[in-house]
Amino acid sequence: MNGVLEFEDIQHILLTRAPALSGHYEFLSFKTAAAGRKWLASVVDRVQSAKAMQDTVDQNSRWVTVAFTWNGLRALGLDEASLASFPEEFRQGMVARAEVLGDTGANHPDHWVDRTNSAELHAIAILFSRNAEERARCAAEHLKLLGEIPGVEVLSRLDLEATPPFDYAHDHFGYRDRISQPVIEGSGEELRPGGGKALKAGEFILGYPDEDGPPVNLPQPEVLSRNGSYMAYRRMQEHVATFREFLKQNGESPEDQELVAAKLMGRWRSGAPLVLAPKKDDPALAADPQRTNDFNYKEMDPHGYAVPLGSHIRRLNPRDTAANMNRRSLIRRGGTYGSHLPEGAPDDGEERGVAAFVICASLVRQYEFAQNVWINDKNFHELGNERDPFCGTHDGTLEFKIPNRPIRKKITGLPAFTSIKGGAYFFLPGIKALHYLASMGATKDDQ
Amino acid sequence: MQDDWTKPVAMAIPKGGYFEDKVDQGRYGPIFPKTPACYGFTIIAKIKPGTEQVIRDYGTKIEKTIAGLPEALEVLKLHYLRWVLFDIGKETYFMYQGIFDTDFDKYTEDAVALFGKYGISTIFENLEGFPEDWKTNAPAFVKFVRDHHRPSFLEYGEYPFVSADEIKKALRLKAAFSKMLDEMQ
Repeated sequence: MNGVLEFEDIQHILLTRAPALSGHYEFLSFKTAAAGRKWLASVVDRVQSAKAMQDTVDQNSRWVTVAFTWNGLRALGLDEASLASFPEEFRQGMVARAEVLGDTGANHPDHWVDRTNSAELHAIAILFSRNAEERARCAAEHLKLLGEIPGVEVLSRLDLEATPPFDYAHDHFGYRDRISQPVIEGSGEELRPGGGKALKAGEFILGYPDEDGPPVNLPQPEVLSRNGSYMAYRRMQEHVATFREFLKQNGESPEDQELVAAKLMGRWRSGAPLVLAPKKDDPALAADPQRTNDFNYKEMDPHGYAVPLGSHIRRLNPRDTAANMNRRSLIRRGGTYGSHLPEGAPDDGEERGVAAFVICASLVRQYEFAQNVWINDKNFHELGNERDPFCGTHDGTLEFKIPNRPIRKKITGLPAFTSIKGGAYFFLPGIKALHYLASMGATKDDQ
Repeated sequence: MQDDWTKPVAMAIPKGGYFEDKVDQGRYGPIFPKTPACYGFTIIAKIKPGTEQVIRDYGTKIEKTIAGLPEALEVLKLHYLRWVLFDIGKETYFMYQGIFDTDFDKYTEDAVALFGKYGISTIFENLEGFPEDWKTNAPAFVKFVRDHHRPSFLEYGEYPFVSADEIKKALRLKAAFSKMLDEMQ
């Protein structure tokens, strides 16, 4: 088997990012295997491969992805031998892995709002669209299709919307997003300074050699797993008013507050990295992809005077201060949901946040490691009583230390800036595998 | 978590190795608790007949590896490793005891990768029941370790819960102070 990527068989979300300002997720449940397969057969031709996406991006204004939970594969009628060949953490699902992931307390699946905590969750249909009009058109079309297939129920829906200003992608807290993503060998993507080497495709796509060698322990049959991947979905509410109030409490001037915000992240909200711009924001640096990742920690900031040891980017990408980084990489996709809360406005009680997908070839080795160790290990880098200030599980008892000379600043009683409101593990099949799933049992119970 | 390193602590551990009311779940199963003597494992396994000398020879191999590359095992956050061979009747057993600061499950894959790189795992191939596909099957490796781990029923720390990094930091500080005082003469 050679390592040339089969772009025509890989779902576009794995390798490309759609030029979308809107999106729409639907979480589906199949009442019968036949209904599930009928739905899949109806939508499969709308699912773009990476090649189709690249060939037609200028003519298109909507991009569709479909993926299945392990329960969903069973609901479609996949045989027990195939089901058993999937890795244990995927078979268990995100709800059963709650403690490993830190989904406890307010983040516990019991409190999720979108029914992704249900064993009846079988599939997700992901739509990215250029604008809200196209989203409405596609959602209506899907609704019509579902009207024709009574055995498929929508458990919940979520609209995605970019937050203003629209000139660069950022979350509701105002942090620039999409700054560092791994580059896959053979994908044609450009390597940028500081981003490390291109990684073997098998780190993200099943059926290809990974950083350790030839692929092993793949789900069976091969037609099902080849060019597939796993996706961890997270719906993370951002408590914008809490965050802004925290900055006010911990910074006397607007400049101080920006610095506190930067220390929590490791970058200014513009995206400029603190290692390269420790004292003052540098928007030109932030906008320059050749420079914005070009730094390390071991030589340039060993004690965390620029980027605190517990800051978000230092935890989720420790660069040269962790082992086997090439085995821990993740692809991130998704977007923001909920309305923009204008600066200075009081909390309006509305839910807003990030609804993201983390894509990797091994949930336990890549995604769960990041969540369990980098995000939620209180003693990461000997910090003693900290978790990731944004993604970690918080109950108001943890702290955040900002190294400084002559003495560090220690913020105690860090509030929870985010809450998990939904989540699931999905298998993202290749295009051929989608056809395989859609046509299963066609000679038996569909007759 | 105990912070007072000046007060020695002994901790009795229930049979099975876990405190039932507070078992943390790790990615590969429940996590053995941290004790005054930090995290650790005691793996005891029967060796394959005739492999005793092969195993002993690994002692010098690892000695040379670490002499040449002192940071080789840094990621494991170790305090100590102890390797012991002993006989029960006509059979020989290998005991591998490690004391370290990160719970093993958190960094399992890193450990497997490291063990592979420096030949520590290869020694395991001389143990009965060790999975042949360990290089590509971290979960099977973890299962072997878990199945052969004999949890302590008592652990003691003269300076409890202190990590190797903290000890090294204190010694560095002491050295820096000594140098500073020398410079001031």
